[in-house]
Amino acid sequence: MADHPILEVENLCTTFSRGGTALPAVRDVSFALGKGQVQGLVGESGSGKSVTLRSILGLARHYGEVSGSVRWQGQELTTMSERQLRKIRGREIAMIFQEPMTSLNPLLTVGTQLTETLKAHTDLGRRARRDRAIEMLDHVGIPAAASRLGEYPHQFSGGMRQRVMIAIALAASPKLLLADEPTTALDVTIQAQILDLILKLADEMSMGVVLVTHDLGVVAQTCDTVSVMYAGRVVEQGDVRQVLQTPRHPYTEGLMRSVPQDVPPRTQLYSVPGTPPSLFSLPKGCAFAPRCQAAGKACQTARPSLQDIAPGRQTACFNPLPATQEDAA
Amino acid sequence: MTQTVMKIDDLHLSFPVSRSLLDVVQRKPGKAVNALNGVSLELQQGETLGVVGESGCGKSTLARCIVRLYEPTSGEIHFDAENIFGAAARKDRSYNRRVQMMFQDPYSSLNPRMTTGDILAEALRVHQMRPEAEIAGRVAELLELVRLPQDAVDKLPHEFSGGQRQRIAIARALAVEPEVLIADELVSALDVSVQAQVVNLLLELQERLQLTILFVAHDLRLVRHVSNRVAVIYLGRIVEIGDSETLFSAPSHPYSQALLSAAPSLDPDDKGAAIQLEGELPSPLNVPPGCPFHVRCRHVTAQCRTVIPELRALEGRGEVACHHAEEINHHA
Ligand SMILES: Nc1ncnc2c1ncn2[C@@H]1O[C@H](COP(=O)(O)OP(=O)(O)OP(=O)(O)O)[C@@H](O)[C@H]1O
Ligand SMILES: Nc1ncnc2c1ncn2[C@@H]1O[C@H](COP(=O)(O)OP(=O)(O)OP(=O)(O)O)[C@@H](O)[C@H]1O
Ligand code: SF4
Ligand code: SF4
Ligand SMILES: [Mg+2]
Ligand SMILES: [Mg+2]
Repeated sequence: MADHPILEVENLCTTFSRGGTALPAVRDVSFALGKGQVQGLVGESGSGKSVTLRSILGLARHYGEVSGSVRWQGQELTTMSERQLRKIRGREIAMIFQEPMTSLNPLLTVGTQLTETLKAHTDLGRRARRDRAIEMLDHVGIPAAASRLGEYPHQFSGGMRQRVMIAIALAASPKLLLADEPTTALDVTIQAQILDLILKLADEMSMGVVLVTHDLGVVAQTCDTVSVMYAGRVVEQGDVRQVLQTPRHPYTEGLMRSVPQDVPPRTQLYSVPGTPPSLFSLPKGCAFAPRCQAAGKACQTARPSLQDIAPGRQTACFNPLPATQEDAA
Repeated sequence: MTQTVMKIDDLHLSFPVSRSLLDVVQRKPGKAVNALNGVSLELQQGETLGVVGESGCGKSTLARCIVRLYEPTSGEIHFDAENIFGAAARKDRSYNRRVQMMFQDPYSSLNPRMTTGDILAEALRVHQMRPEAEIAGRVAELLELVRLPQDAVDKLPHEFSGGQRQRIAIARALAVEPEVLIADELVSALDVSVQAQVVNLLLELQERLQLTILFVAHDLRLVRHVSNRVAVIYLGRIVEIGDSETLFSAPSHPYSQALLSAAPSLDPDDKGAAIQLEGELPSPLNVPPGCPFHVRCRHVTAQCRTVIPELRALEGRGEVACHHAEEINHHA
């Protein structure tokens, strides 16, 4: 792992307010990302993954309160002026948003949206921008790219729109990619192609990547490290092999068990019992306690903090699952 | 006794592409995106038919035709033995209730200015599912059904996470007690645990209400888990269809084989043996002659370049549209 992280997130907290009540969407998220490193972010829907990415990019502060620190190549982003941030966004740090239909402009052709990005973030001339746009669409697997530049987003399939978003994000060769579910709408062959492209850029251009995904197979195949979020907090993080193969937090284990693998077809799948807590009324102790089979008395009253349990491995649980022999050794 | 609830017959749909000025000047003919190129299939009552295929191959277009958002260029869809595009069926609003679609992009299909409670109540009122006095109670039931907290009632769509919004869309579809559910990437935005809950819910509702489900998804593990049968689509055509377990354990069409081999393994050390597809990515603007897969197929022969293979039954497998299915699978 790189000794000099390019991105350091420390105690990141983002709070929204609704009707005078505070909604703690992200709490004390901390991680560091090295050059060319790919970090996964998984967790329950509503656990704060997208808000974390938006907070890193300085978008969340427009509608929420952000505290903590985000250092990008040594510069503090949380206090940076919007004007300075704009220079970094798109050029150094690019983001692929979760909902491609709402983040593409429906009134502009796909070609225009790509070339405008290139105009804003590169020094390429008109001709070169068009060539680069076609090249990028080609990279992300849009067939007959040149003849589809003049089309509007609604004329593309869901997965094609998503690929356009990816092309736009990668067009200016960013140093950090924040990718929110970039491949969920894609078939597995295209997904593999795009993940390969991202990995290649991570490797050759030292691009760091924070990848939000629900697909644990994608995490396994692309990420170096992974953080698992629950109710706004990281509950477990570390090396991808260790976390997926020997989860120590009961929620991570529940996620792994929910994957339909080695279960008889059309039978009920395992799913973590209960529902996630409302962020307005979080339990006093561990947020996972009402759904946790391992919950003890302490869990009801105190909140476990994220602790080192092995080198590079952290979990926030009073009763972590046993490590295997391998881990113990 | 299986009963056919829906019969789709030779469906074609092409979208005209607006011509650029250059094309007009050069008198190039207008182009078209051939999204569906002759899809035929039957839905049996109470079954789940999984639909998989490359992004852009026409899955959503097929789904949208079924709920009459798109009108096919040719071909027919029969529901209860009636052509849904016929004049009589057009007037019959009950089809819109009995066949419900859940969209790939829940955000754009939910009115941003309506609260969850209003969205659900509206669905109940439009189709007169409940007397006014029972609406609030039914809304609460629906939220419970999709496991949204009760305080979701007064929230607006943007106040939810992506996955929570998806559950609102599911609740809305279920509100009108449909017979056929068209689920287009229904659970793709959900984390695996919620995915499991929704899948459990679908399986349970299906059993209880004899729901028929068309399940479009890219997650092959999930499709395998929920489906009785699976259809593999390539460039607007079904290239393989059959029993889910048979197809997943022994795909017969070269495209199905490549597709299934690309599913990412849960084991970081298992890099898999994905079959690399060579050649140009296909474009629905320009569907290759003969077998649409021939430009990328390892087994291509001269015949494949000119003759379109028809779907036909393959011994011990489902139906496959490949000239050389026997040889290919004999060696496999
Ligand atoms: N603009 C906003 N205003 C108020 N609350 C918000 C806003 N955006 C998100 N939230 C809330 O913050 C919490 C975290 O949302 P976020 O979108 O980060 O979830 P997520 O982990 O990305 O979930 P998913 O996997 O479903 O996309 C949710 O409870 C959501 O309702
Ligand atoms: N309204 C439209 N106008 C023009 N072309 C369209 C329209 N809707 C879809 N298409 C085209 O039809 C083809 C099939 O699209 P469709 O949305 O059915 O794909 P899909 O299989 O659902 O893909 P995905 O897995 O990415 O959602 C694509 O080439 C798409 O660009
Ligand atoms: S701290 Fe307690 S309740 Fe929370 S995950 Fe660990 S065992 Fe379960
Ligand atoms: S018909 Fe020919 S080109 Fe098409 S899949 Fe079969 S072998 Fe390949
Ligand atoms: Mg999200
Ligand atoms: Mg689609």
